[in-house]
Amino acid sequence: MIRVVLPFHLRMLAKVEGEVRLDFDGAATQRAVIDALEARYPMLSGTIRDYHTGRRRPFLRFFACEEDLSNQSPDEPLPAAVASGDEPYLIVGALAGG
Amino acid sequence: MSSVRVLVGTRKGAFVLSSDGKRQKWDVSGPHFAGWEIYHMKGSPVDPNRIYASQSSGWFGQLIQRSDDGGKTWAPVDNKFVYEGNPGTHLWYDGTPHPWEFKRVWHLEPSLSDADTVFAGAEDAAFFKTTDGGKSWQELPGLRQHGSGKFWQPGAGGMCLHTIVLDPSDPQRIYIAISAAGAFRTDDSGQTWKPINRGLKSDQIPNPEAEVGHCVHRIAMHPSRPGTLFMQKHWDVMRSDNAGDQWHEVSGNLPTDFGFVIDVHAHEPETIYVVPIKSDAEHFPLDGKLQVFRSRTGGNQWEALTRGLPQANCYVNVLRDAMAVDSLDECGVYFGTTGGQVYASADAGDNWTAIVRDLPAVVSVEVQTIA
Repeated sequence: MIRVVLPFHLRMLAKVEGEVRLDFDGAATQRAVIDALEARYPMLSGTIRDYHTGRRRPFLRFFACEEDLSNQSPDEPLPAAVASGDEPYLIVGALAGG
Repeated sequence: MSSVRVLVGTRKGAFVLSSDGKRQKWDVSGPHFAGWEIYHMKGSPVDPNRIYASQSSGWFGQLIQRSDDGGKTWAPVDNKFVYEGNPGTHLWYDGTPHPWEFKRVWHLEPSLSDADTVFAGAEDAAFFKTTDGGKSWQELPGLRQHGSGKFWQPGAGGMCLHTIVLDPSDPQRIYIAISAAGAFRTDDSGQTWKPINRGLKSDQIPNPEAEVGHCVHRIAMHPSRPGTLFMQKHWDVMRSDNAGDQWHEVSGNLPTDFGFVIDVHAHEPETIYVVPIKSDAEHFPLDGKLQVFRSRTGGNQWEALTRGLPQANCYVNVLRDAMAVDSLDECGVYFGTTGGQVYASADAGDNWTAIVRDLPAVVSVEVQTIA
């Protein structure tokens, strides 16, 4: 099981409260987690990764275990504590004014 | 008794304003999609309870929302806007080739005959269509692939397709406008397009009378006269009586002919409205006085409408999609400001009142007249 924390606007869009818990088999990578997230909540498709490039949207960041994973390869394994569900995978909206 | 629903898109959410036919008391619902930019909302002429909304965000990209109950509840539909084929390049601000990149939907125009069919105008400029109520969107690439496309350049607000006007007498004829490419018309349901900018003069481009490159802000049409078009260009208010083949200026006695909105009275095809803005450098009303100008002669002779509008210290803007009319017996006129007010006149512009104020900056206003 992987725990995912979404930013406020995506929680509202997906109509979820608190963390999302994804049952998960196979290699836990950022790509696989977001694929599973989008499969369960199709309305999130395109809001985290750009449809055209497949890349992280510029104003979003991916954190876990007090590390910024945003610029890691999406196919690198996630930290073991995330894969085991002990630590959440955080999708964070960049701070910006206005 | 008829009623009126005003759909207001703002920088931070959507609002639905409702009133009976007297248009004196208004119920305000919202914000829907709080915190998101709502560039445009529009209801289907076939089924007024079917409303589409363009929801976007610098963080999360584009969504399209659909309501089937007049804006009470909403559900997201497909948000995948993909250019057909290899989109190639247009010109960037510095004149270099720049890849076509989807950014957002500026305008949604539901079909006049089918509630599931909607046209969407996108930035970077492209024309999309759904025929399944928004479950999937397809580009009609003939517009972007017009021979001039690789020379189009963005205006300050981006290279946006912001205006879509459907001809009620000919389902195959559609008008669109792009900043800053100009106006185009299709006579074959969007397969092929021709620029319709003859007569426009724009001193801000190298050839003021170029075939493309004009910063058209808005086009309006009265459904009973689909061959007559009115345009608010960057500067100049223009008119065409031959479906855009030729334009002539009708700015007449306007105190300034810069502006964004233009619309036509619901029952008088020669009565048109604009909101003059001081200049392209100063996007607010002249002398701090918010004035709607009305022409009952299809242009050239204009009168200022000020009753109920602030006549001192008003420095708001009225954006291109932020004016609409209802079709009650006495035509109602509505517009929204970047200061968050929505002004309404229940008597064709003679008297105005703010039916809501202090909303986030208003981007778009559409009106539904419900029998």
